[in-house]
Amino acid sequence: MPEVTYLEALRQGLQEEMRRDERVFILGEDVGTYGGAFKVTEGFVEEFGAGRIIDTPIAEAAIVGAAAGAAHMGLRPVAEMQFIDFISCAYDMLTNYVATARYRAGLPTPMVVRGPCGGYVRGGPFHSQNPEAAFLHTPGLKIVCPATARDAKGLIKAAIRDDDPVLYFEHKYLYRRIKENLPEGEEIVTPIGKARLAREGKDLSIITWSAMVWKALEAAEKMEKEDGVSVEVLDLRTLLPMDDEAILATVKKTNKVMIAHEDTRTGGVAGEITARINESAFEWLDGPIFRVTAADVPLPYAPTLEDYVLPQTDDILKVARKLAAY
Amino acid sequence: MARIDVIMPQMGESIAEGTLSKWLKKVGDAVKRDEMIFEISTDKVDAEIPAPSAGILAEIKVPEGKTVPVQTVVAVIETEASVGASPAAPRATVPAASAGSSAVASSASSPAKAAAAPAPAAAPSAPVSASPRAPQTLTPAAATLRPAPTGNGTETADDRLRRLSTPLVRKIAAEHNVEIAGIPGSGHAGRVTKKDILGFIESGAPSSPAPPVSPASPVSRSAAWPEGAPSASNPAWEASPWEGDRVEPMSRIRQLTAEHMVFSRRTSAHVTSYYEVDISAIQKLREKNKKLYEERGAKLTYLGFIVKAVADNLRKHPIVNAAVQGTSIIYRGQINIGIAVALDWGLIVPVIKKADELSLLGVVKTMHDLADRARAKKLKPDEVQQGTFTITNPGVFGSYIGAPIINQPQVAILGVGAIEKRPRVVTMEDGTEAIVPRMMTMLSMTYDHRVVDGADADRFFGDVKKMLESFPAAAV
Repeated sequence: MPEVTYLEALRQGLQEEMRRDERVFILGEDVGTYGGAFKVTEGFVEEFGAGRIIDTPIAEAAIVGAAAGAAHMGLRPVAEMQFIDFISCAYDMLTNYVATARYRAGLPTPMVVRGPCGGYVRGGPFHSQNPEAAFLHTPGLKIVCPATARDAKGLIKAAIRDDDPVLYFEHKYLYRRIKENLPEGEEIVTPIGKARLAREGKDLSIITWSAMVWKALEAAEKMEKEDGVSVEVLDLRTLLPMDDEAILATVKKTNKVMIAHEDTRTGGVAGEITARINESAFEWLDGPIFRVTAADVPLPYAPTLEDYVLPQTDDILKVARKLAAY
Repeated sequence: MARIDVIMPQMGESIAEGTLSKWLKKVGDAVKRDEMIFEISTDKVDAEIPAPSAGILAEIKVPEGKTVPVQTVVAVIETEASVGASPAAPRATVPAASAGSSAVASSASSPAKAAAAPAPAAAPSAPVSASPRAPQTLTPAAATLRPAPTGNGTETADDRLRRLSTPLVRKIAAEHNVEIAGIPGSGHAGRVTKKDILGFIESGAPSSPAPPVSPASPVSRSAAWPEGAPSASNPAWEASPWEGDRVEPMSRIRQLTAEHMVFSRRTSAHVTSYYEVDISAIQKLREKNKKLYEERGAKLTYLGFIVKAVADNLRKHPIVNAAVQGTSIIYRGQINIGIAVALDWGLIVPVIKKADELSLLGVVKTMHDLADRARAKKLKPDEVQQGTFTITNPGVFGSYIGAPIINQPQVAILGVGAIEKRPRVVTMEDGTEAIVPRMMTMLSMTYDHRVVDGADADRFFGDVKKMLESFPAAAV
């Protein structure tokens, strides 16, 4: 089994879907000849031609709008945001147009908008964002955030096959740091809307996704070794629609829950998860639901400040210990 | 300035929590080191607690009347740097009872240990006293010693945590019919966690309809209280206040006594024997030696003779100086005689340790010292523990005699009736009989028929009577 990176897995997913279904095409800034800012689509233009790998102007609203039109006409576009931060430029298209198309006009919009999110790479405020909370509030969209190479591949394939618009947030910190053995020839499709138990535990649960999964796992290891506390880590993978069943299962199992996300705190997804647990599993809680998140500030450039603002393993550990002792 | 935490001290190994009965200082008051700043009342004793450091009482975190786990921070003292307190040492352990610094040594004992401790020695049945001058105002007013929470905003977040359980714990409690307040908590600020409540239920705590007993003495219940708690929940017998009635919550000591007495009745097979004892000889000895004892700072009471007679005869009758543990009998190596003392606010049973090794002088001195300190709330925790036999003296109030309830886990208790002159038939030296006035008293002994048979009890009782009626003058 060849070892592949998170980025390579995503690339394989795109490639396999393009080979499987000729309605699938990619459009975005520098995705063609340049092969993408992170080389996700390197070599694609050679294999699939400029008709299916389309370089666009620097105009995110236009990219998403064009993709939506193509989707309505029966194609399956994958629109790349060079950095997911700039998805805000297409906010109007996504929320007003794409998300509502099925409701307004009965038009399925099978399209994917994907792009690199997240910090820990000294990217500063324009190249480090996690915009999931901005779209979680929009009915009609789906949001996926893979943490593993397997899911990077499995979720892009599922997103492309889905008949609704899917936002696919890939974490750039994981691109080349996560390596996994993925069997060649195995069809990996990760179902959208299903969380993954990244680590089994019995004393407390950390609900998280994307790069924070790895930090949560690190903290869990430490807790097990140093405190003898057994920590469960639930990787949500899909934020919309949220896997309530998996969340409730872990709440009922450990009775102590914390949520870790890289995005800023106020109005973050953790608040929504907390509310759901509160509504459906209040009687199962043996402690308050704690959050570990970034501080409520634009992400600084300075390495020391970025480290301070973004949630680190030690931050998770600290809160986990507090929760365990509660 | 340094801030020193004042904590609820652990007043003995088996004590998990204490009630802050009274603040002797207000916020803003200057306090000297070792100056008494608050009063507490625990399962075992009441005591005044001294300041761990000099400074200003900056914050009161636990209001009067509140029961908190040991080690809870109850107040903060701000010290001046010049006092020499290190700012890096925020948590100073308060010396335990004002009188009992020896209790400090055990204050570090683990909570687990505390949970395994046996039922606390509470008090026997009737309002009795070791001294004829004991105040006997056992009115409900005693409850005022434990004022209701004032709601003056001094409750801290930690208090709330302890008081408020999480939804899960409440759910489990409801499913198993257990009282959360009666479970020792290991969580933050002593909160009862899921683990605590599940462990409690697993340990075989009273699971069937939990009696609405007090939060008092939770540990003892889990450790020693058997299954099948009494059903106090029959609505037909439940009291409810009528118009014009006054309702006051029971004081802690009252709750403990109530719980202990009912438990004892349920546990032991109570049988009571009564003996009439002629103590005219003792009366003479007492009159003769009273002065002598006074000169040595002791008060020679009838009760002193009785304690001495009991102590001297228990060694010969070990079954009366015993305890029951499951299907075993523990024969106590020591003879430690508890004396019930009536206080304004309830009953307490200080223990004369190794009473058989004391002379009559030693017995009366120890007994009166303990009684005095009980009234002054200066008893050390170990002075109310490890009794092996108890004596209660309702006679001081004029009672002819009563049938006391055994002080668990002991197997016998002696009651003393009123001492007065009564007519008695006496054989004169010339062989004729006459009715003469004699100094008489009634003694009663309740014993646990599970292990003490009537013959055992009466043999012991007979020996005590014999010694009292012909008390050796040399022993006075």
